Amino acid sequence: MSDYRIHGATGEWEVVIGLEVHAQVTSNAKLFSGAATAFGAEPNAQVSLVDAAMPGMLPVPNMECIRQAVRTGLAINAQINKWSRFDRKNYFYADLPQGYQISQLYHPIVGEGEIEIQLDDKDPESTKTIGIERIHVEQDAGKLMHDQHPTMSYVDLNRSGVALMEIVSRPDMRSPAEAGAYLSKLRTILRYVGSCDGNMDQGSMRADVNVSVRRPGEPFGTRTETKNVNSVRFVMAVVEQEAKRQVAVIEDGGTVVQETRLYDPDRNETRSMRSKEDAHDYRYFPDPDLLPLELTDDFVAECKASLPELPDAKRHRYETALGLSAYDAGQLTLEVETYQQFEEMLESVARESGAPERDVAKRVANWILSERPGVLRAAGVAVTDPRNTVAANTALIVAVSKGVISGGKAKEIFQQYLTSDIDLAETIASNQQTTDTGAIEAAVDAILAANADKVEQYKGGKEALFGFFVGQTMKAMQGKGNPQLVNQVLKDKLG
Amino acid sequence: MSVDTATVAKIASLARIKVSEAELEAMVPELNGILAWVEQLGEVNVDGIEPMTAVIPNKQRLRDDVVNADPLTGGDIRDKVLANAPAAEHGFFGVPKVIE
Repeated sequence: MSDYRIHGATGEWEVVIGLEVHAQVTSNAKLFSGAATAFGAEPNAQVSLVDAAMPGMLPVPNMECIRQAVRTGLAINAQINKWSRFDRKNYFYADLPQGYQISQLYHPIVGEGEIEIQLDDKDPESTKTIGIERIHVEQDAGKLMHDQHPTMSYVDLNRSGVALMEIVSRPDMRSPAEAGAYLSKLRTILRYVGSCDGNMDQGSMRADVNVSVRRPGEPFGTRTETKNVNSVRFVMAVVEQEAKRQVAVIEDGGTVVQETRLYDPDRNETRSMRSKEDAHDYRYFPDPDLLPLELTDDFVAECKASLPELPDAKRHRYETALGLSAYDAGQLTLEVETYQQFEEMLESVARESGAPERDVAKRVANWILSERPGVLRAAGVAVTDPRNTVAANTALIVAVSKGVISGGKAKEIFQQYLTSDIDLAETIASNQQTTDTGAIEAAVDAILAANADKVEQYKGGKEALFGFFVGQTMKAMQGKGNPQLVNQVLKDKLG
Repeated sequence: MSVDTATVAKIASLARIKVSEAELEAMVPELNGILAWVEQLGEVNVDGIEPMTAVIPNKQRLRDDVVNADPLTGGDIRDKVLANAPAAEHGFFGVPKVIE
């Protein structure tokens, strides 16, 4: 249970949130035509006669878009409706030359499902199940530009007709954090499934945020819908601002009006779109150009078989089969790229070091989550840099795990390798740490002799100086001394 | 079911069709005549009968996810698409400024 409350002048208020997420379906061609969907093309280059609504053109559904919607439904354990139908949502606006959007109001392709969210990434018990009411497939609209000409708006129909999934949640969320966690989790699932690229800055995912407030335990209040919110952070801000606004309205003796609002990130506030009442009279009716969509059991079974291991299952496996902490498992499974790198590197490190994956998983996880990011940052290269190969990472991790070089040396060599043209295998070999006790003892003796004053201080109780001796010895040995042995020898000599 | 002048005026406005007062007056009885005629279907008992979606057994065909497979329904035809536009500039359709 969320205990998030708005503290009003008259007491505490609970927030109720539902999200409608529009996710652009990953496909080559549009939902009902053969025009391309790629982002960033020249205006109106990806518009067919179907998308431009020329007379006589008929829509034919793209099988891949249907398949992706079904796969998404299966990924959230939803009911798949083998019989669904397209309806016309009628409205007149320049972004949609048909005069109606082809959507699925009455018989959506996917019915009820659910998503589990985790509210604290360090606490695997802090979960909550958010219900999904439905997913339906519909057309996206074109894009209007109002600032390019003094008296005209410019219309680009490239996006018009691209397939969208509208994923409608139940009003199950109770705080900005829950709404944010839900949207993040949904994005992760879509990216695992591959049904949406999840690029929120390119508009591939946009959320309509439904918010209402009530006294805890009382019936739902009147909700508002804030449209087209395009980041997790903004969704959380909308919930917070809109809930506060509604509480203020009610406590001032007013009533919340059910309406559509817009979020202004610059001012961090929502404002009414003040549309005309009848703008929402969509006069839905079944699209006579399209027969009902009937899916076979085989088709659904194929969709199911094509699903990858999903985030929750993967996280669970990382914890149980690989012995990783809940936190590491959560971090590694958050993004598709991260788990792919992890699994590739894990497989490679296990093979190269001849150890079971479970034995090297923690080392690989640490490298990816905490050690490598710092090196990449220091070297000023992206994770996608061509030199950041699985083979190079593996060589370093294996060298550390076999005791050839220390962890610190590995990071140092990796940074050199990323920024210059060194041969990795040679560099590792020439930096091999020594386990030659004689050499270590000689180095320690020299350091102790050169720092007689500090040895006195240490013996007098200043134990923090131990680290200084370790550092000096390692430095004298150019980082090649085996750290455990250096520690041991120092302890013996100083003891 | 029947419609009055206000309803017809509203539907016309939603569809952005300009209808004069005189046309509205004439249209109301015409539309009501059509509605009454269709309403006769309500006299038939259809309990337990599946709605028919096509007169011949037919399934919705789906297209493969291939870009521009058929030139008639593919893109890359900007000139054609813009050919009938009253205003087209820089590859865009130009429409009277519409800001809500």
